[in-house]
Order: sequence, then structure tokens, then C-alpha cells
Amino acid sequence: MPSTNTLDRTNYLNATKGFMSWFWTIDHKRLGLMYLWSVIGCFMLGGFFAMKIRLTLSGDVDFASQTAEQMNAYNNAFTVHGAVMIFLVIIPSIPAALGNFVVPMMLGTKDVAFPKLNRFSYHLWIIGAVLFVATLFIGNLDTGWTFYPPYSTGHTDPSVITAVLGAFILGFSSIFTGLNFIVTIHKMRPPEMTWFKMPLFLWAIYATALIQILATPVIGISLLLILVEKTMQIGIFTPELGGDPVFFQHLFWFYSHPAVYVMILPGMGVMSELFATFSRKPIFGYKSIALASIAIAIFSFIVWGHHMFVSGQSELMSVIFSALTFSVAVPSAIKVFNWIATMYKGSISFSTPMLYGLSIIWLFGIGGLTGLFLATLGTDVYFHDTYFVVAHFHYVMVGSALFGFLGGIFYWWPKMYGVVVDNMASKIGCLMTFVGFNMTFMPQFIGGSKGMPRRYAAYGESAGFDGYNEASTLGAMVLMTGLFIALGSLLWSLKKGKKSPSNPWGGVTLEWMTPSPPPEHNFEIDPPVVGDPYDMTLVEWKGEEEGFLPVNPRADDPCVPDVKPSA
Amino acid sequence: MIPVALLPTLLQHTQEDFWFPSQAARNASMVDELYYFIFYVSLFAFIAIVLATAIFAVKYRRGKVGMNPEDSPHHSTSIEIVWSVIPSLFMVAMFWYGFQDFVVMKQIPDNAYEIQAKAKKWDWKFVYPEGVESFGGNIDMHDGGEGMVVPLGRPVSVRLESSDVLHSLFIPNFRVKMDVVPGRYNYLWFEPTELGEFPLYCAEYCGTRHSRMLAKVVVKSEEDFQQWLKDQVVDLATLPPAEAGFEVWKKNGCAACHNTEGVNGIGPFLNGKYGSTETLADGSTITVDDNYIRESLLDPNSKVVAGFKPEMTSFAGQLNDDEISYLIAYLKSLNE
Repeated sequence: MPSTNTLDRTNYLNATKGFMSWFWTIDHKRLGLMYLWSVIGCFMLGGFFAMKIRLTLSGDVDFASQTAEQMNAYNNAFTVHGAVMIFLVIIPSIPAALGNFVVPMMLGTKDVAFPKLNRFSYHLWIIGAVLFVATLFIGNLDTGWTFYPPYSTGHTDPSVITAVLGAFILGFSSIFTGLNFIVTIHKMRPPEMTWFKMPLFLWAIYATALIQILATPVIGISLLLILVEKTMQIGIFTPELGGDPVFFQHLFWFYSHPAVYVMILPGMGVMSELFATFSRKPIFGYKSIALASIAIAIFSFIVWGHHMFVSGQSELMSVIFSALTFSVAVPSAIKVFNWIATMYKGSISFSTPMLYGLSIIWLFGIGGLTGLFLATLGTDVYFHDTYFVVAHFHYVMVGSALFGFLGGIFYWWPKMYGVVVDNMASKIGCLMTFVGFNMTFMPQFIGGSKGMPRRYAAYGESAGFDGYNEASTLGAMVLMTGLFIALGSLLWSLKKGKKSPSNPWGGVTLEWMTPSPPPEHNFEIDPPVVGDPYDMTLVEWKGEEEGFLPVNPRADDPCVPDVKPSA
Repeated sequence: MIPVALLPTLLQHTQEDFWFPSQAARNASMVDELYYFIFYVSLFAFIAIVLATAIFAVKYRRGKVGMNPEDSPHHSTSIEIVWSVIPSLFMVAMFWYGFQDFVVMKQIPDNAYEIQAKAKKWDWKFVYPEGVESFGGNIDMHDGGEGMVVPLGRPVSVRLESSDVLHSLFIPNFRVKMDVVPGRYNYLWFEPTELGEFPLYCAEYCGTRHSRMLAKVVVKSEEDFQQWLKDQVVDLATLPPAEAGFEVWKKNGCAACHNTEGVNGIGPFLNGKYGSTETLADGSTITVDDNYIRESLLDPNSKVVAGFKPEMTSFAGQLNDDEISYLIAYLKSLNE
């Protein structure tokens, strides 16, 4: 047996040891992994509060006897759940964790353009996250993740200040990461990799980064204005001080709507990689997917007003925003059609990452289509602030962004840790997560269209929403179990997983052209000349042990054991 | 296309259906029709994409077609134009119908009867042009209110105002919702078409008791409505003091914070408290007598019972001496 390219080689994981070698690293792969585990930790925290919400609503406390403390605890739970899941989980999940790990390798370079800035982003992220988590202990943050004034400025406790500072700092982390990716993608592509030979994941990350650097400063400023108002009593948003609360909503959604695409675009990027690789076929409609990413990024900036159809903004504005909102729906639909068309006459593998990919067709289908009801003025007035909206955005953000993240983790896990996780446990984990997710949020659509309002600590018996809440909680249990099984299968693989060849799935983007896990500088030799990123005939299947190998290997290619020079 | 023509009539439902609560106002069926239009278009699209995915996944599974599929086109301008243009056309239709509905929702008829809805943390007060006030009334709340009473078959406009934070008035059966924004007036309107009682919610998060900011809408016939208005004009002096006190209690929204069924809220519950001895925040004790109640109304935060925050606003200038006496009588009556 030739010694295969696995953990016994020197790689980025074992090249240096010790806490500082990780904490002070500038290696994009290590930073990516640290983001990954930080995000998973935050996800568990956010998940804990999700369960608290579900258990409260399915009848832990009864409407008549619920005390003010219990209501505050509930209000705190949904605030923390939302804020943690958005600012600390979904926004950094794919761009910061997977993006950091993958982007430079896809470009065939050894790191991002500004490695130290990249490390600084991570450290800022940690500071922001700590401030955020600290609010859990110093007060009872209960504004909702939206921080709407005048409630947030004049009617609740001071923990808003730390939360807002935390979000402000996280914003800078996000801006620097976006900046880094933009420069990296512009300046560090191999000469042969023209824009339209870039893997679609890079297009998605690029579009995401554009939003990050253009929109995030606005939320930064808005949150600072909240602080200024709260601490110095300068009237900006509070009517008593001469401000306008609706003004905040404009500023807030000017960022937070594009931020929805910071969450979903990278997931779409992962989807494109998954569908091409696991269909062993070039992605269908490459250019339209690439351009749709940019179109979504641009349109995302001009639709924010659809969050405010009942806020009292002018009717004309509402009409214009409704029309513009539909403009985002078209490129999103095009992407879905392209993914499905990619499967046509392919060779479809039901590996774990692809199961997540297939789930997303269902979940994003529902999430996207239910968005139509909310873009339409006549129906949104009714659905606004009901559980219909809650279910809709969970289908988009969890169903699509988070499933994209999970699919991406399983897809690139062999590259990260040199082990493949594709077994019964990982597939059952995916399946249970999928089923549990639908069980949780389907009832919320029905409850919502029955008029069930959001952010209620309890519903009276006469309201008739108890059944939906109980069904939803049951689903959440299944969902949680599925996620734990998925996590368990990942952790198990670190100890006992099957060693991975360089290219276990058959991807032809450059990160698969280096051993798993890669050496410190990603490539021992210059990566091969870039061709079509989805020309699947460039690699062929050589069996479990060796995975997919280049059809015409170069003599010095370390991924190919037979031709590997003596180690 | 007969079914399309029939849709408006088919979709008139005064009973609850799978998706919606019953329709009780004129524009409700309009919203539901639009909903079902989008719903069936979406359902068709959803089934199409899921079916295509499932069929391709089975037909082209690796176990069957092997590792190297035959070459197939990976780009087709005509298909891509078709699947961009057709959805776009449906979206134009959705936008257009939504816009039409919105115009109807936003145009308050000239002859509308105007009620003011005053929102504060955490209750609703409805003020009528005749000077009558009403509040609350949600069945689960037991607050003694009668809710927003409105006449059947007459357009009603509601002027929304908030004295503290954002709220939102939501009546599912009427399919209406509008935010209540401090510092400006917003409006909504409806024309009730069914007699009966319907829930009214606050739909914009407003703090601790957001989930208790409930009320109801009561639709009465024109005749009953006029009678109700007359009945509301109460001369407190003609009532026994305890009953007059209950009227004062209701009118001032005391129940938002004080329960009379033995459960503490933002403030302490008040049944059985008259004559009892309470411990104050500083550790001293006080007997709940007429003078303490009066002081608690006029200068509420000077002697706060232990365990509660000094959050009550003063009613000095809002209650006259008679009203305070009535309130005392009412609280006293709760001991019985």
C-alpha cells in the first residue's frame, strides 16, 4: 500500500501545536475552523432558547396564572434566540466559517489577501459575541432582535446598551471579512480563472461581501444612534424627544433586509457546488446563476420597505416597495430551476451533503413561495406580525441558509479534518432534521393564517391556537434530535471516521486538488491550470481508497499516490 | 374558466375554514381571494419543482446510470427565458391585485364613523364621538371591559394613537392591521358584515404584557349599537358607591396592572387587600386604609409594597375626590 495522503502527513492541523498557534494564527483554514466551532457553540445557545420558547408556548405555564416574571423570561428568550441566531450564527456561518476555509483554496492561493485583517475580524467577532452573551447575565434584554424604539430607548433595561455595542462590533467583523473576500477574489485569482470561470460559491461569496461592506455600516450607525439617544437623551427616534420611530425602521431594514441575503446567498453558493458535484454534471445555466447572485445583491438594497407596509410609511412607498420586492423573487426562482435542471441526465449520488441539497429544494421552495404572500400588499397587511411570517423566514433562513451550512460542513468536512462522514447516522441526522423542521414550522403557517400574533408569551384558551403550538413543539423535539445526531456523526468521525482521499466526492474546483487535510500553505505544488470549474470529466472514480483522481495526473501531484514523489 | 368567475362567491365564508378565521367585514373576502390565487399558483409551482426533483433523483440515480453520465446540454437560452418570463408574469399579476386591494384598504369612505383607539402599555381604550369610552373585553382576560363596540353594515374608521411605544391593532376576522405609532396618527377602516364578537390583538411587540394587550370587537345592529351608546353615559352619582367605583376602575384601565382575582401582575392584586397589613420596600409595614389608597393614587411611588417596582403613574389631576371615594368603596367591596 502506498502511504495515502492523510492525517499522518504534515498538514495545517498538526503543523504547529498549542493554544497560541490557533488563537494567533493567520491561517485562513484555522480561522475558518475556529469560526465554525464558535458558530456551532452559539447555535446551541440559540437552540436552547428556541426550546425555551417552544416549551413555554406549548403549555408550561397557563395563560391565567402566568406572572410578569414569566412573561419577561419569555420575551427575553425570543430576543436572545433571534439575536444570537442572526448575528452570531447565520450571518457568520457560511461566509466566515466555510468561506474562510474554502475561498483561498478555490482560488488556488495560500491565503486571503489580508491574513492579519482576517485574524482581526475573528477577534472582533469574539469580542462582539462575548458582549452579546454578557447581556444574558447582566439584564433582561427583551426588545426583540429588531431593537425597535421607543421601546428599546426608553422603556427597557440597560442591557440594550451592551447588546447594541456587541452588534456594532460584530458588524465591523463582518465588514472586514467582506472587504477581505472582495480584494481576494479580485486580485488573487489565478490568471486563467476569468470571472466566468469562477466556481459559483465564489460568486455567491462575492455578492455577499458586497452587501456586507455596503449595508453593514448603516446598521452600525443606526445602533450607535440608539445608544446616543438612550444615554444622552438626544431625540432621534423617540417622539417625546422629537424623534421618529419609523425612521429607525427604515434604517434598520436598510441593513437587515440585505442581511437576509447575506444569510441566503452563501447557502445558494453551496447549493450550486453540491448539485454539480453530486450530479457529476456541469451546473446548468452557469452564467444565469452567477448573474442572479449579483442581481439579488443589488435588488436586496431596494426592497426594505416591505417590512413596513403597516407601519404608517406612505402608501406610495408601500406600493413601490411591493413591486420592487418581486424583482428579488425572479433571480431566486431561476437559481432553483437551474439546480433542478443540473440533475437532468446526471449521475445523482445520495451522499449526506446532497441530501441537505435536496432538502433545500423543498424548504427553499416553501420559504420562497410563501414570500410571495408577504410581498403582495393585500395579503401582507393581514399576515404581517403573525406566525405566518415567523414560519416564512424560518423556512428561508433555517430551511435554506442553515441547511446550506450543514450541507457545506458535510461537503468540506473531509477537507477540514481528512475524514469522510457519510454513513447511516449522518443520513438519519439529515432526514430527522428535515422532517422535524417541517413539523415545527408547518403548523405555524396555519396558526399564522388563523391570525396568531407573534411574540406572545401565552395565548388565551379562547384564541384556539394551542393545537398549533403543541404540534410545533413536538416538531422542535424531532428537529433538535436530528441536529444532535448530525453533530454526533461529525464528532464521531474525528475519532473513528474513514480517512478521506483528496477528492472523495468528485468536485473539480481547486480545493479538491490538494490532499485532505491540506498542507499549511494549501498546495504543495502549483494547482493545475484552471479550466471549466464544473467539467466533471477532469476527474475519474478510482474506488473508495483513492476517491476521484485527475484523469491526466501530473508527475508531481501529491494527491495521486502512485505518482507521488517520495515523502 | 367558470371556476374563476365563481371564485368570489365560493370564497365568501362566514365560517372558519382551514386557513382563515371567519370573514366578518366587507374587505375580508377580497383578501382571502387574493390569498387563494397566490396559494394555488404557488402550490402548482411547488409541486412542479418537487416532482421534477424527485423524478430526476430516482431516474438518474448513480446506482442506475453509473459514474459517468452521458453528455447533456448545460445551457439553453430558450428554456431560461421561459422559466424567467412565466413566473414574472404571475408576479406582475400578484403585485397588481395586491395593489388594488391595498387601494381599497387605504381609502376610508367619507361617511365612516370615527372611533379613536388609544393604545398604551398594555391596554386599549376606545373613544367614541359621543364621548363614550370603552375598553378590553377579551374573554380570557376577565377585565370587565366591553370591547370596541361597532355598528353592523356601517364603515368605521379607527384613528390610532399611542402614548408610549409602538403597538399594532389587529382584528383577524376583519383582515385589518395597522401599527400604532407614538407621535403620529395612523388610520384603518372596516365595515362589519357579521354580528358577534371577534378578538382584537396587539400585533407589535410592546413589552412585558404584550401578550395580554387584548380586547374584542363587538358588532351590534345599528339599533343595539345606539342603545349601547346611550347606556354608556353613566351618572356615577346615581350608582351605589362601589359600583360607581367599578366604573372608575374600568375607565382608567386599572386592570392592566392590578388583578382582582388573587394574582399579582405589574402591581399587586387588590382583592382582599382593604384593611390588610402590607410590608413596604423599606421594611416598614402599613395598613391599607382609605388614606393609604388615596396616597397611592395621587403619589403612588412614595410607599411601594415590597417586591414591586415604583412604576405606577400618578392619577393626580385625573381623578377627582368623588372618584377616589368611589374607588375606595369598590376596593372595600372586594373583601366581601
